[in-house]
Amino acid sequence: MNWQIHLPALALAIPLLGAFASPVAGLGGRSIRNAWMVFISIATTAICLLLLNRVLAEGVMVYVMGAENWNLTLPSGLSWPIRIILQVDAFSAFMAVVGSVAALAGAFFSLQFMDKFTGLEKFSALYFLLVTGMLGMQLTGDLFNFFVFLEIASVASFGLIAFWRDRPEAVEASFKYMVISTLSAMFVLIAVGFLYGRYNAVNIAAVARMMHMGYAEKIALVFLVVSLTMKCGTVPMHMWTPDAYAEAPAGVTCLLVGVSQASLYGLFRVCFSLYGVSLGSTVVPWTIIVMGVLSMFIGVTMAVIQKEVKRLMAYHSVSQIGYILMALGVGLLAIRDPQAMAEYGFTAMKGGIFHILNYTMYKGLLFLTAGALFYSSGSRNLNEMGGLARVMPHTTFMFVIAAAAIAGIPPFNGFVSKLLIYQSTFAVYPLLAVVALVTSVLTLASFVKVFQTAFLGPARKKFEHATEAPGSMLIGMSILTIVIVAITLFPTWTLSHLVEPAAKALVDQAGYISAVMGGGL
Amino acid sequence: MNPLSVVVRTICDVFAWFMGIFGVYIIIHGHLTPGGGFQGGAVVATMIAFLLVSHGGKKLLAFARPGFYSALETTGLLLFICAGFFGITTTLFYNFLAGQGGLFGSAVPIGPNSGIINSAGTISLMNMAVGLEVIGGLSLIIIYMFKGIRLFENAEGSGETGHDR
Repeated sequence: MNWQIHLPALALAIPLLGAFASPVAGLGGRSIRNAWMVFISIATTAICLLLLNRVLAEGVMVYVMGAENWNLTLPSGLSWPIRIILQVDAFSAFMAVVGSVAALAGAFFSLQFMDKFTGLEKFSALYFLLVTGMLGMQLTGDLFNFFVFLEIASVASFGLIAFWRDRPEAVEASFKYMVISTLSAMFVLIAVGFLYGRYNAVNIAAVARMMHMGYAEKIALVFLVVSLTMKCGTVPMHMWTPDAYAEAPAGVTCLLVGVSQASLYGLFRVCFSLYGVSLGSTVVPWTIIVMGVLSMFIGVTMAVIQKEVKRLMAYHSVSQIGYILMALGVGLLAIRDPQAMAEYGFTAMKGGIFHILNYTMYKGLLFLTAGALFYSSGSRNLNEMGGLARVMPHTTFMFVIAAAAIAGIPPFNGFVSKLLIYQSTFAVYPLLAVVALVTSVLTLASFVKVFQTAFLGPARKKFEHATEAPGSMLIGMSILTIVIVAITLFPTWTLSHLVEPAAKALVDQAGYISAVMGGGL
Repeated sequence: MNPLSVVVRTICDVFAWFMGIFGVYIIIHGHLTPGGGFQGGAVVATMIAFLLVSHGGKKLLAFARPGFYSALETTGLLLFICAGFFGITTTLFYNFLAGQGGLFGSAVPIGPNSGIINSAGTISLMNMAVGLEVIGGLSLIIIYMFKGIRLFENAEGSGETGHDR
C-alpha cells in the first residue's frame, strides 16, 4: 500500500490543520507564525503537484473518507455510493495546482505585507480555511460537499475581505460579498435538493449516470448556472468583484482569484460531467457564451476608466473570466457532435483551460504588484503616483511581464491561450472572435495607462523615501513571475502535458462516472 | 446592560448550572439522541447569554476572559482534526476506535435496545471536540456583540478600531 493514495484527503487535511493550529503557532511569536504559514503553503502546493503527477500517470483517483478501504465506493454491494467521496480527475488536479500556487504566492506576499497589523494568527487561520474551501470545491465528487466547501470558502472570505475593518469601504465590500455568497450558496442548495429528491443521490457520478432531462433537472441546472456564474463574477452579477478585490489585502486578493476559479470549476463540472450530453438543446452553451462576451466587453470598458489600481485590475478579472466562459461555452456547444468537437470544440476547451492557468498566474501577480505599490507609496489612486520605477525596479520588471501577459502580447503566455480562443470561436461565429480581439486591445490600453502613470514619469518629491518592496513580498511575486516565464518559454509542453489531459478529462463523462460507479449496476 | 433584581440573579445562578449540564448531556449523547456537538455546545454557550442578562455586562466582562474561550475553540478544532488524522493508516477520518473495546469501543448489541453510550469510537470524540469549539466560539460571539453594543452606547463616535499597531 502506497501512501500516495491518501493524497486527495491530505490536500484538504493539511491546510485544515494549518488553519486550526494557526492560533497555537501564533503563541510562539512572529517568526514561528510566519514559518508555520510558509510550511503549510509549501506542503499544500507539493501535495497538489504530487496529486497531479499521480492522476496524469494513473487516471481518475477516488478516495472514500472513513471507509475500510480508500476505494470502497459501493460498500456491501449497494448500487449507489455512500460516505464522503473525493474524486480527482486531471481537470480537478490541474485546478488544484493552479489554486495552490496562487495561495503559495499570496502567503509569501502576506508575511511582510501584513506585518504592521495585529490579529495575524486569525488572518492565517482564515487564509488556510479559504485554501481548504477552494481545494475542497475542486476535489470533491459530491454535490452536497461542494455546497459545504463553497460555504467554508465564502465565510473565510467575508472575514478576510473585511480585515481592514476600520475602513468603511472594506466592511461594505465584505457585506456585499456576504449577500451575494449566501444567495448563491442557497441556490446551490436548492439545486442539490432538486437533484436529491429526484435521484436519491448527491454523488456527481451517481446522479450523472441516472441523469434524464426533465423539469426538476432543468430547474436545478438554472440554479446551478446562475449561482456559480454569480460567484465567479460574470457580468450581470459582477458588482461585488471590484469592491471585494479592491478592498481585500493584496495577498488575499491573489488567493480570491484562485477561489473564483473554483466556482468556475464547479460550473464546468456541472455542465460537462453532471449533465454532459443530456443537456440537449444549445440554450445553456449559448447562455454561457453570451455571458462570457458581455463580461469581456463590459468588464474591460469599465476597467479603462478606473483611477484606483486594484479596482481597475478587478474589472479586468471580470473581463478575463469572460474569455474562459466563452471558450468553454463553445466547447459545451460542440459536446454532442464529434465532428464539431474535433474541428473547433476541443481547441476552444484547450484555450479556455489554458487561460484559467494563465489568468490566475498573471492576475495574481498584478494584484500583488498593486499591493506592493500601495505598500511603498501608501496610495491606491493612480493620479497620485508617478516615477515609481526608479525606486521599485524589481516590482516594475514583474509588473511589465504580467501586463504583457494579460494583454496577450506575442511571446507571452496570454497570447497562446487567447490565440486558441480566437481560432476556435471564429469557427462558431466570427463576431465572438472580433469582440475578444477588441477586448484584448482595450486591455493593453488600460495597462499602458497604469504603467505610464504609476511607474514612468519624473520622480515625485513625496516618493523620495519610498523603497522597494521587502524580501518576502518579492518572493511571492517572483513565484508567479517564474511560472509565467516558464509557460511562456514552454507553451507546447504545457499544452500537451497539463492542459490537454485536463480538457480530455472534462469531456470524458463516461470515465468520470465509471471511476465511482464501476462497470455497471 | 444593568443587573436585574437579586431574586432573578439567584435563580439564574442556580439554573445556569442545569443548562451547562444539559448541554454536556446533549454533546456526549450525540450519537444516540438528536443533537450532537454543535447543538449541545450552543446550549452551553447560552449560559453566557443568561449570565449577561441577569448580572449585567460589567460583571460578565470582569470574569469572562476572551483568551479562555479562544483556547477552548482551538483545543476543540485541533482535537477534531487529530481524531481524523489518527485513522489515516486506513483512511482519513476512519473510525479506528469502534469495536476495539475500552472507553469508546464497546460492541453494539444486536436487537432492540436503548443504545450504549460508549460504542461510537471517534464519533464521540469528534462530538466532544465540536462541542468545545462551539462553546468557545458562540461565547466569544456573545461577548464581542455585547462589546459592540457598548461602543454605540458611549456615543462618542469612537468607531471601530482597526488592526493597525
